[in-house]
Amino acid sequence: MEHRGLGWPRLPRLLELLAALAVQALRASAIAAASPDLRLWPMPLSVQTTPRVLHLSPDNFVFSHSPTSKAGPSCSLLQEAFRRYYDYIFGFYKWHHGSADLRVGVELKQLQVSVVLDPECDTFPKISSDESYTLLVRGPVASLTANRVWGVLRGLETFSQLIYQDFYGTFTVNESNIVDSPRFPHRGILIDTSRHFLSVKSIFKTLDAMAFNKFNVLHWHIVDDPSFPYQSVTFPGLSKKGSYSSSHVYTPNDVRMVIEYARLRGIRIVPEFDSPGHTQSWGEGQKDLLTPCYNGKEPSGAFGPINPIWNTTYSFLSKFFKEISTVFPDEFIHLGGDEVDFDCWASNPEIQDFMRDKGFGRDFKKLESFYMQAVLDMISAINKNSIVWQEVFDDASKLMPGPVIQVWKVEDYTQEQSKVTEAGFPVILSAPWYLDWISYGQDWKHYYAVDPLSFEGSQEQKKLVIGGEACLWGEYVDATNLSPRLWPRASAVGERLWSHKDVRGLEDAYRRLTIHRCRMLRHSCLLFPLSVDGITTLQFTKTCIFDFPFSTSKL
Amino acid sequence: MAGSTLWFSLLLAAAFAGRATALWPWPQYIQTSERRYTIFPYSFQFQYHVSSAAQVGCSVLDEAFQRYRELLFGSVSFHFPQPMGKWHTSEKNSLAILVVTPGCDQFPSLESVENYTLTVNDEQCLLLSETVWGALRGLETFSQLVWRSPEGTFYINKTEIEDFPRFPHRGLLLDTSRHYLPLASILDTLDVMAYNKFNVFHWHLVDDSSFPYESFTFPDLTKKGSYNPATHIYTAQDVKEVIEYARLRGIRVLAEFDTPGHTLSWGPGVPGLLTPCYSGSHPSGTFGPVNPALNNTYEFMSTFFLEISSVFPDFYLHLGGDEVDFTCWKSNPDIQAFMKKKGFGEDFKKLESFYIQKLLDIVSAYGKGYVVWQEVFDNKVKVQPDTVIQVWREEMPVRYMKEMELVTRAGFRALLSAPWYLNHITYGPDWKKIYMVEPLAFEGSPEQNALVIGGEACMWGEYVDSTNLVPRLWPRAGAVAERLWSNKMVTNLDFAYKRLAHFRCELLRRGVQAQPLSVGYCDMEFEQT
Repeated sequence: MEHRGLGWPRLPRLLELLAALAVQALRASAIAAASPDLRLWPMPLSVQTTPRVLHLSPDNFVFSHSPTSKAGPSCSLLQEAFRRYYDYIFGFYKWHHGSADLRVGVELKQLQVSVVLDPECDTFPKISSDESYTLLVRGPVASLTANRVWGVLRGLETFSQLIYQDFYGTFTVNESNIVDSPRFPHRGILIDTSRHFLSVKSIFKTLDAMAFNKFNVLHWHIVDDPSFPYQSVTFPGLSKKGSYSSSHVYTPNDVRMVIEYARLRGIRIVPEFDSPGHTQSWGEGQKDLLTPCYNGKEPSGAFGPINPIWNTTYSFLSKFFKEISTVFPDEFIHLGGDEVDFDCWASNPEIQDFMRDKGFGRDFKKLESFYMQAVLDMISAINKNSIVWQEVFDDASKLMPGPVIQVWKVEDYTQEQSKVTEAGFPVILSAPWYLDWISYGQDWKHYYAVDPLSFEGSQEQKKLVIGGEACLWGEYVDATNLSPRLWPRASAVGERLWSHKDVRGLEDAYRRLTIHRCRMLRHSCLLFPLSVDGITTLQFTKTCIFDFPFSTSKL
Repeated sequence: MAGSTLWFSLLLAAAFAGRATALWPWPQYIQTSERRYTIFPYSFQFQYHVSSAAQVGCSVLDEAFQRYRELLFGSVSFHFPQPMGKWHTSEKNSLAILVVTPGCDQFPSLESVENYTLTVNDEQCLLLSETVWGALRGLETFSQLVWRSPEGTFYINKTEIEDFPRFPHRGLLLDTSRHYLPLASILDTLDVMAYNKFNVFHWHLVDDSSFPYESFTFPDLTKKGSYNPATHIYTAQDVKEVIEYARLRGIRVLAEFDTPGHTLSWGPGVPGLLTPCYSGSHPSGTFGPVNPALNNTYEFMSTFFLEISSVFPDFYLHLGGDEVDFTCWKSNPDIQAFMKKKGFGEDFKKLESFYIQKLLDIVSAYGKGYVVWQEVFDNKVKVQPDTVIQVWREEMPVRYMKEMELVTRAGFRALLSAPWYLNHITYGPDWKKIYMVEPLAFEGSPEQNALVIGGEACMWGEYVDSTNLVPRLWPRAGAVAERLWSNKMVTNLDFAYKRLAHFRCELLRRGVQAQPLSVGYCDMEFEQT
């Protein structure tokens, strides 16, 4: 299997061995997606199933901790997950019927979960978190083994996807043996809460759906030009004056809830505070932060990017990012750095003087790099790592090692990947996955066909690609259309980043994704039922506005 | 109507008169002022004027009053003390509705008069209309005029509106075959249509993919042709409910049963109806369009459309007739023999015409009028002069405006849909393109222009079901609604943007999942349930 990334410790021995063996022995079955009735999404690394079926009864089935597991009932992350997956598997059914008697056959009574190493129950997921797991389904006790709870979460999702209702409505699962681990460690979704505000509830729903697709990073583009919904404790004026309204804000408590909700699903929250451009909304609450633009000799009244020449700018940013680094537990902060417009800087006489003093000439990219390097250093100083958009690399004459570069420009993006990795920087790929760009028809196929390693470069370079992100920018998206625009289109990216590179057959993907969409519809209904009594299947599809049918098909 | 110069200046004046900018679609004539009246939600009433032909017991209006009360003030009760004494002139406690022509129990038709005048001034608060349908349109306008101050007080400004639709047929097509839409989705859509003053629900009920319409003469059609005969069907009761729900909102239901193509789902339930395709000298096992060479076909159609004619009260039925694929007909030896016998040569358009003409004869015999897709005209089927031709193809065989010219020059009435396929999505504010279409922008005489009875926004279902229907429809379909209702000169995009953005927030307030037009926010955002 492929290992990539930033030099975090390799998979602990046991699982690595297992995985390697599995790839050797079983790859063919998974890759050819041989078993035509596999319903899994994304496709695991290796799957063996037999025609032998087991039955499950909602009344008898339990998730349990193996006696040898390093995690037990005190691991609330797992307890919560057990309840969640029990509901996903049986909840829908229980509303409609009573409990059914099992028909003849072997019953599956338990899924025994075993965590091999320190479970990391109370920690936050990291880029180096081990998500691998093995799942052995056989009666009467199935087992799910993983090094950490993160692998258990992924395995529970797979387990829930294996179960189906047979013709008589009996919960059924085929005996199976699954060994799985992700191809890339960074599998993200970007949401934009500045152009349109998204309620915490909408974010929760997105996190749920991400877990169904084994995504593990929510890239929260929290502020931008149009509004500043993040409520800062240090600088409350930012959201007070920069948000759309006092109800369009994320309070510290909201942010904590999002982080915890994500953690329980093995999802990291990477916050983005984009600067020096895309900062119009900062200006309202923080005087003398943005550059005053000039019209000839007079200030025009308009403002440009953050002013990179004043000390006050850096003392503000230093305090601000100090807060951010404590509020958001992830080791990464996204610093933006994209699309800096130089016109306003160029118009400002003070900046012109500064350029001259620094010997930058007329090259505003030097000024941009000067600013970005200062912010990058600030972040290193508070022991965090940075992610930046590709311009920070493109515009720098020599960028100091450290940041991860996110490639987003669709023109020649494979060349950009070559350049960035050649210079030794880790890469996150987004360019082909801007889901806000909509078109008629089955565009998921294009997202699916992308391979993140299709650029020219050495093996060493390719290992620097730590993953990718599907981006849903908010110009035309809010809570009304977020879910149907994301799902199942983002699922295509989800499988591309999780599954083996040879899993690319479109026909099989279509078949599995159709099933997966219906499954997501059911699950999303369970999360926020409108009312329990008298609800019918039809009302379900009506009330659970959730995802996007990608072709003519029955539900 | 006032001269256009005067009218336009009124439009601009009104544009800056506060709350009036919230109106969608824009009325034909409007005058408003800064003078405003307070409305007390707990005592406000809709009342029949003493001289009104419609009085309490008029279902259409009784229910509309309830609906609009709730839309305006919500169902929450207001715990304010009843103010004592007489009403001040600065307060309004009722809207009087005066309908001139009696009739509350009939169905709306193409000929229904939707005119109304709305007067809110010191002396009166009056909605005057020829028919109940006009009153419905006026009530919608009234509901859009009422606004709320940040402190929560309801107001309406002094206003004079004289309004009527530019086109009598303002439709929206939903496709319930490619994806089934739950009844509630359809009913909700009818509500939002009424907010936009649409008046025709074109129900593309069945197609190749599935046959959800439950026929009582041929129950096998649904049993074998629906996605799921237990859940993915429309029962007779469902259909009745849709028709009545639409009627109460002044909306006609135009049912489409598309033949001879787009009929694969009919096949399993009616053996022998579809043409068996041949591979060489053997049937290939696949089927093509309805078989036009058999008498059984026409007997079936005759019985089937007898049912349809009685189930759907509207004078018009939509008979489809689009995209007939000739390859299967060509492959079938029986059809070849039939062609020879009829002297059609190799011209399968003649066979298509033969079928369509027989079908039209059947349907006319039931006293119905019909709408057909443009191919029926393009392929020179002889149709009755009162046939309505729906123009849907953007480029072929000619540009759609040219097609409008040809259809009307031949003396047929035309419906425009080609530029309004809302299922086609692109990045960005595509509503502008939809909005800027001028349905009469073809070369033709005033008589030809008069033959354009309106248009329809179409939401085909290949990629649409109840998960994404609403945000994909609204507010984009609103652009079509205003184009079909408002004066031809209402084309200013900035003015439209302001009102449409406001209207979409109003839709959110009313619980409609309407998607954003651009960056920004609404005071009341959509809450996911």
